[in-house]
Amino acid sequence: MKARQKRLVLVGLALVGVAGATTLALSALQSNISYFFSPSQVMASEHPTDAVFRVGGLVVKDTLARQEDGLTVHFEVTDNAAVVPVSYTGILPDLFSEGQGVVAKGRIGDDGVFYAEEVLAKHDESYMPPEVADTLQTAHVDGIVEQTTGTEPPRSMTQ
Amino acid sequence: MIPELGHLALIFALILATAQAAMPLAGSLTGHRPWMTMARPLAYGQFVFVAIAFVALVEAFLTSDFSVLYVAQNSNSLLPGIYKVSAVWGGHEGSLLLWALMMAGWGAAVAAFSRNLPLPVVARVISVMGMVAIGFLLFMLLTSNPFERLFPVPPEGRDLNPLLQDFGLAIHPPMLYMGYVGFSVAFAFAIAALIGGKLDAAWARWSRPWTTVAWVFLTIGIALGSWWAYYELGWGGWWFWDPVENASLMPWLVGTALIHSLAVTEKRAAFKSWTVLLAISAFSLSLLGTFLVRSGVLTSVHAFATDPERGLFILIFLCIVIGGSLALYAWRAPEVSEGGRFDLLSRESALLLNNLLFVAFTVLVLFGTLAPLIYEAFNLGKISVGFPWFNKMFLALAPFLALLLGIGPATRWKSDQPWRLTKLLWLAFALSIGVLVLTSMSAVSGDDLWVPIGIALAAWLLFSHLTIVRDRLKHKQQGWRQAMVADFSGNGRSFYGMVVAHLGVAMFIVGVTMVSNHQIEKDLRMSPGDSHEMAGYRFEFLGAQKVNGPNYRADQGHFLVYRGERQIAELFPEKRSYLGGGMPMTEAAIDAGFFRDVYVSLGEAVGGGDWALRLYYKPYVRWIWLGAALMALGGAIAVSDRRYRTARARSTAPAGAVGAKA
Repeated sequence: MKARQKRLVLVGLALVGVAGATTLALSALQSNISYFFSPSQVMASEHPTDAVFRVGGLVVKDTLARQEDGLTVHFEVTDNAAVVPVSYTGILPDLFSEGQGVVAKGRIGDDGVFYAEEVLAKHDESYMPPEVADTLQTAHVDGIVEQTTGTEPPRSMTQ
Repeated sequence: MIPELGHLALIFALILATAQAAMPLAGSLTGHRPWMTMARPLAYGQFVFVAIAFVALVEAFLTSDFSVLYVAQNSNSLLPGIYKVSAVWGGHEGSLLLWALMMAGWGAAVAAFSRNLPLPVVARVISVMGMVAIGFLLFMLLTSNPFERLFPVPPEGRDLNPLLQDFGLAIHPPMLYMGYVGFSVAFAFAIAALIGGKLDAAWARWSRPWTTVAWVFLTIGIALGSWWAYYELGWGGWWFWDPVENASLMPWLVGTALIHSLAVTEKRAAFKSWTVLLAISAFSLSLLGTFLVRSGVLTSVHAFATDPERGLFILIFLCIVIGGSLALYAWRAPEVSEGGRFDLLSRESALLLNNLLFVAFTVLVLFGTLAPLIYEAFNLGKISVGFPWFNKMFLALAPFLALLLGIGPATRWKSDQPWRLTKLLWLAFALSIGVLVLTSMSAVSGDDLWVPIGIALAAWLLFSHLTIVRDRLKHKQQGWRQAMVADFSGNGRSFYGMVVAHLGVAMFIVGVTMVSNHQIEKDLRMSPGDSHEMAGYRFEFLGAQKVNGPNYRADQGHFLVYRGERQIAELFPEKRSYLGGGMPMTEAAIDAGFFRDVYVSLGEAVGGGDWALRLYYKPYVRWIWLGAALMALGGAIAVSDRRYRTARARSTAPAGAVGAKA
């Protein structure tokens, strides 16, 4: 085989490989990403009903309730503008506590309760997931708008 | 007083690093010899001053000097001694100082162990390392001074994050950083070669042992991190595809490609531009990893408190390093001559394919890691990429890599014949097919095709490497055992290092396959006296009691584990509450075994002496880390090869080097 042919074969193989990998990666990505929504957005029904998504905010004080089976917990998550009830069966991460930031991944049931499959743990008590920080910031701005204008605030400023 | 000395030492180190970056390089370009000879003393000097700063910080921790802000944030007078030392790198500022210390240490090591290199090369390499050191020292002095004072002085420190109060994590960051920073040596050699315009086999031989050593450290560092996450985070996972983990995996993947590509450049003087590009990429990805971890742009379960200003500094630094080195590459690389020619079926082609697979996987991991940023930048919403995606990508590439790994080392340099390979490897291949059939029929498969595939690929690696070793020794006169010993103490180290590392891959594959498909996990509520049966093991919960540690209080559960009627383990998982910050922590109890771990971790007390807890059965999980340890061991054996110790480096590669060497 001549050097030029050989190079063509190699380049061709590389191109096929890149194209294959890209297709694979992108098609698989669609089914494996989960979007983040703030409690306000969930209340405004902007979330998907048929897909897993994430919701985050602060755990509302005095809402953490352990159910009969000892494994299921209910709590509420807020961005200081709206509240989403969450149910989770399993063991909560160490740094989970009321008043702290939290991100939960799961889906909304017909009863309006968010059934979490996973509750995000973190390593450091002073760490706040960026989405949660944003959410609180947005809700805070919304709140100011409400106070100053006295009208219904725009539902979300992240859209 | 001592903290101020440390601060001053850092400033001196920065001045020396500046001189180190400028003078030897200028000397090498103008041929001014005295300036070039300044390289070594400057590298030693920089190391000494950074070391003084580091010792000063250690001292502040050991004496619990809470007037130093960083100490007050990361230590506590109750902290056990060993963790007072490891707390030095428990936070951002200190880990940067550790990074700078290692950077200077690698520079001093290059200065010390490069006696047989031409002076201009040494001068340029040390200069480039000086430039990188400037970046980190400036970063520390401008944004993250570890010696900043705190007034009024608090009576007590905030304590080290309890997750970090652990032996595995005490040594994990130093290992990881040794690897990250070690790639700066490969980077410096590549840049020096580009500056000098002389990329040849000698360059590859010089930079090869350094690269392998860095890779060994990085391998150990990642394995330790995975092991730590497994037992310390309390939830039994060994890899989460978290951005912080990916940040360490990407340099490793490219570094693995690099050590293979360097082999081609050394033996056959081919792939030169490609090798340089990999060396630049490996170090750039180390920097990118630092940026991702430190800037907090990504959500991570591993994230620590972050600061955007620091992120900005690293981003600028990153742009200078990547942009500068790529510009230099674009300017100089076309001048680098093409290397030796090779056929489609040859060792070169096999290694090229290896490189392509590793780079492809790196690109995928990079894409998956950055996808949330990309989506946000285009206003497509806030997303996270789930780990199933990464698993899919891994499964799409890894089998090809494993197949290739069984063939590559058997091929000859330059040109090989298909029939020769077939004759050599058919038995190994047939045996692996046998393993595939047997495992897919047995209970091990568990109706999942991936289990037999994984086991068969591991078997394929084992059999093919045994064949390759036998093939290497078949012409020797002595018995195989003497032949192997003679070969090992002779010139065969790099070959046997390769074999050991590749067998590590086989072991890793078995571990991943088994634990991913056969682990059992159970969350449940248990009352004292309850038993639960799982995977043939019976867990009996005897109850929990309060215990006190040096700086924590804990609820300690008491479990007996039975296999049949025989008690095989007594486990004491804990739920700790640290006195310093009041932070709770789960301390899992694990009965580790070669073929399986059983694992108990306490969740929460749910009243009446009952506990919510989690039980795990993890088959072959140790093989994952043992496999990584074998890979690292293989790298260490390869580095001890005699070729790298010969007094005077030959300037050209031995023509037609022995086919079987890697």
